Amino acid sequence: MNSRSLQTTITFLVMGGIVVLALGGFFGSASRQFDSVLVGVQTWFSSRFLGLQDFITAPRDIVSLRSRNAELEAQVSQLQAQVIDLQQRVNETEILAALVDFSRSNPENAYKAAAVIGRDPSPFLHYIIINRGSNDDIRRGMPVVTNQGLVGRIDAVIADASRVQLITDPASSVNVYMQHAATDAVLIGSVTGDVSLDLISQDAVVEPGDLILTSGLGGGYPPDLILGQVVNVRTLEFELFQQATVQPAVDFARLEIVLVITNFHPVDIAPLQPQTP
Amino acid sequence: MRNIVAFPLLVLAVILQSSIISQIKLLSGYADLPLILLAAWALQERVKSAWHWALAACVMVGFLSRLPWLVFVIGYMTVVFLAQLLQKRIWQAPLLAMFSVTFAGTIFMQLLSFVVLRILGTPFSLGDVLGLITLPSLLLNMLFAIPVYAIMRDLARWVYPSEVYE
Repeated sequence: MNSRSLQTTITFLVMGGIVVLALGGFFGSASRQFDSVLVGVQTWFSSRFLGLQDFITAPRDIVSLRSRNAELEAQVSQLQAQVIDLQQRVNETEILAALVDFSRSNPENAYKAAAVIGRDPSPFLHYIIINRGSNDDIRRGMPVVTNQGLVGRIDAVIADASRVQLITDPASSVNVYMQHAATDAVLIGSVTGDVSLDLISQDAVVEPGDLILTSGLGGGYPPDLILGQVVNVRTLEFELFQQATVQPAVDFARLEIVLVITNFHPVDIAPLQPQTP
Repeated sequence: MRNIVAFPLLVLAVILQSSIISQIKLLSGYADLPLILLAAWALQERVKSAWHWALAACVMVGFLSRLPWLVFVIGYMTVVFLAQLLQKRIWQAPLLAMFSVTFAGTIFMQLLSFVVLRILGTPFSLGDVLGLITLPSLLLNMLFAIPVYAIMRDLARWVYPSEVYE
């Protein structure tokens, strides 16, 4: 071995030793800087290589990604539809469960569940259309309720549908009594859908929060169905009766499923009422 | 023969009115889709069957509603009459005619309903009816008038092609 090759060998060994020691962290901060430079350089090369690889293989990947994306989008929309369907079923189940609880707690009545499928086309009237009719033994005058309270009564029937007059209808009047005041009154509807109490005796002590129930007088409705609560009372000394505004127990804007009480038959007391000359 | 399209279209309008439009409330009022549809149809220049459509609409809506049939017969026939009257006079501005018929027809229909229900014994206050039902319904009808007019114009072109004059 001549002196030149020996010098080259020693130089390589020394440089290799420095590199090994530097990578091993034996040079402290100098070693860390060396490492970071190496890592930085490698990162730069790696990222450029990946970019180049993406550029070369992109056309094939875009096609496959697009088809995959379309598949996933279809799957997502299908799942969204399923979610909406299931949410709707959960809502229906919750309503039906509440109605079943209600019917179990009132075993004296026979019920038939019906879905609300429409409302009266005229804004002057508060009527709903339900999907049960004379084929399901629904008859005119039968009361309609939910688990929250009285909704109204059947006004007209065809084979597979019925029209229900809500207690909020301006022409509706229900004989009621107040649980705590022990007095009778009449619940009337209005054009706005609000309900109020009229014909409350001036002697009666009515207070906000009093529960209102059907009295059964007149034979139009069965007794003891919940209607709502008194919100406030208007008492004027020069008037014959007191009046009160009522918060209905039923949310009439969100009626979806109702129960028709099929074993109640209204009594027509018109022939018994005195004729006015 | 293409006039048969009146039946599915009116049935659809009445179903939409009962199930959806009646839920889109402004105060206590909502739009009257059959009325707007009839007005838009009767305003089309080539249409000759508007009276038949009005009669069919009366039967369908009257069957569904608690309001007496007479209200719809008089109301819808008046709307068609107004539309045909205006169509001959302001034919150069069809949208203006549509708005005019919708405005006059809605007011007439609402007042007629009010009067008939009052006669039948339903207690209404005119102030409440005007403020809570009539004016909101009028506004909604005017909003629906434009898209319905566009649809009915296209339908009229399909039912009465330009080559055929009835």
